[in-house]
Amino acid sequence: MFDDRYTLAYKRYPYKKSADQDAAAPVRHPVVVMGGGPIGVATALDLGRQGIPTLVLDDHEGVGMGSRAICFAKRCLEIAGRYGCGKPMVDKGVVWNLGKVFHKDDQVFEFNLLPEEGHEYPAFINMQQPYYESFQLDRFEELQKDGAPIEIRGKNRVDSVEVHDDHVTLQIMTPDGPYTLEADWLIGCDGASSPLRTMLDLDFTGKVFQDSFLIADIKMKNDDFPTERWFWFEPTHGSGASTLLHKQPDDVWRVDFQIGWDVDRKEEMKEENIRRRLDAFLGEAVEYDMVWSSIYTFQCKRMDNFRHGRVFFAGDAAHQVSPFGARGANSGMQDVDNLGWKLGMVMRGEAPESLLDTYNMERIHGADENILNSTRSTDFITPKSEMSRILRDAVLDLSEKHEFARPLVNSGRLSVPCTYDGSPLNSADALDGPARSRPGSVCPDVPMGDGYLLSELGDTFTLLTIDADAPDEIEESGVKVTRLALSTKDDKTGALKERYLGDTESAVYLIRPDQHVAARRPNFDDNLIRAAIRRAIGKE
Amino acid sequence: MTDLVLTPNIESADDFYAELLAAHEGLSKDESDAFNARLVLVLANHVGDRDVLSDALKAASGKG
Ligand SMILES: Cc1cc2nc3c(=O)[nH]c(=O)nc-3n(C[C@H](O)[C@H](O)[C@H](O)COP(=O)(O)OP(=O)(O)OC[C@H]3O[C@@H](n4cnc5c(N)ncnc54)[C@H](O)[C@@H]3O)c2cc1C
Repeated sequence: MFDDRYTLAYKRYPYKKSADQDAAAPVRHPVVVMGGGPIGVATALDLGRQGIPTLVLDDHEGVGMGSRAICFAKRCLEIAGRYGCGKPMVDKGVVWNLGKVFHKDDQVFEFNLLPEEGHEYPAFINMQQPYYESFQLDRFEELQKDGAPIEIRGKNRVDSVEVHDDHVTLQIMTPDGPYTLEADWLIGCDGASSPLRTMLDLDFTGKVFQDSFLIADIKMKNDDFPTERWFWFEPTHGSGASTLLHKQPDDVWRVDFQIGWDVDRKEEMKEENIRRRLDAFLGEAVEYDMVWSSIYTFQCKRMDNFRHGRVFFAGDAAHQVSPFGARGANSGMQDVDNLGWKLGMVMRGEAPESLLDTYNMERIHGADENILNSTRSTDFITPKSEMSRILRDAVLDLSEKHEFARPLVNSGRLSVPCTYDGSPLNSADALDGPARSRPGSVCPDVPMGDGYLLSELGDTFTLLTIDADAPDEIEESGVKVTRLALSTKDDKTGALKERYLGDTESAVYLIRPDQHVAARRPNFDDNLIRAAIRRAIGKE
Repeated sequence: MTDLVLTPNIESADDFYAELLAAHEGLSKDESDAFNARLVLVLANHVGDRDVLSDALKAASGKG
């Protein structure tokens, strides 16, 4: 009656009967999150830190075994950092800087990533998804101990929902039988095949790519294997259109074989066949143990709308992309970052309900950007026509000798945060400053004393002043905005000037709780800043 | 910014044309296709300017 659909890596929230199950009438919760994957749990962290009672319902009792995501980009780590669990992730994760690109069997070039200095978090880390989820759950338990009103219920499967004007009714199945709950707000974080989407009969449109990938996580017995990323276009070791190798913690390596559409999955998944591919690829001398393997196909799809009245969708339930560029969990975390403060303000009565529609607008923009980028990578890796193959091969040929062609080689573009250009929450850019911190962008990090700027921003609205005067606190429409005063005199590395001032002398930035810039100007102007605050909370 | 040049701009045009044909001599159809693709990329990089490149694509497709 209640079978697991997948094997657990860690049992974290065993089923326990809740008093709600015996209640005479359905108990009402302010927020229910459907799904306890990385995105559902992050949602509870965001809302719980604001003191909003949040109940997560998951149909399993912990973290799934399959590693799936291994590449977590900087923005994702910064968001986890704001929730208080970014550091252990960075300590556990591995970073590579040297990448090698091969075509057929020859190396065409290698590159060093040389990430920009002066950020608390690295450009990305590689780490098995179960670790990522565990660190979030550690933080979840820590917040609970500190009194945050959050709860997660294992083996609580949502079987049906009924959406009303001002609440949602959920039918939940447990090992003790069914029960009913009500929620003021429901957030669907129930993954790519989202049962919630089906229950509400909502569209999920886009493109299914006719290709499959065999992934194998292997533990190397030789400890001298280099920490590099290797990408093969059309390897001649008979492994299909592409092969990718990169490192994870615990001496585990991820190998991705792109093996085509018409494959016999059962046959391919046999250990002897996986080993045959691996041996042809790594050479006989390399010894390894198999840790985990799986075959998957992917699609680039999104819902038409991420908000349906009292119901929101976030993460894979709302959008799915190809794995090139690691945009799945990374973009899901940006959904949470975006929704959390908006829902909090609306629930506290500080902002009109229409603010919630901007979640839809801004994150659709993000999803489209991700789909575009991952589709382009896919088209480069698996050319769709004769001429696109000829051009792709020309790029690879030229890149061996000529540096100019290397930026055209696309084996996945690393996920970078979306800039909400054109968002109705932005005020017109009034500063002749750097483009990277224009309204809509995520604040770039900057070293500050012993720490970093981003850890001083977020959760509430901030007025960041650089060599500019302003009141220490402003209250507008019930929203408190605190000032963070910085000066280029303390800017030892010059990063503050480079990232926030450019050629201008001073600046005032209005920064949202999700660390995105809402407005910027050269100096403080009471009327204009107040208008920008009203605009940023959907009141103008 | 410079505009896409669509007036005669190659000195000794006949020589250039002969050199282009000579480069393809002895190549199979596949090799020639690959050669052309590399040439387009080399020239495109030399031009660099995104607007000029878009105009060139339009001109080549007959729509510019
Ligand atoms: C091979 C592979 C490689 C990937 N690599 C990367 C990468 O490098 N970087 C990256 O960012 N992303 C990557 N991804 C994507 C990433 O794994 C997903 O984007 C991420 O797991 C999405 O999280 P989620 O919480 O939205 O959904 P999920 O992780 O799918 O979680 C959904 C949860 O909802 C639960 N649930 C489902 N139905 C119900 C129900 N009826 N009631 C209650 N609970 C329910 C499920 O049990 C599950 O716990 C990869 C994916 C794959 C397959």
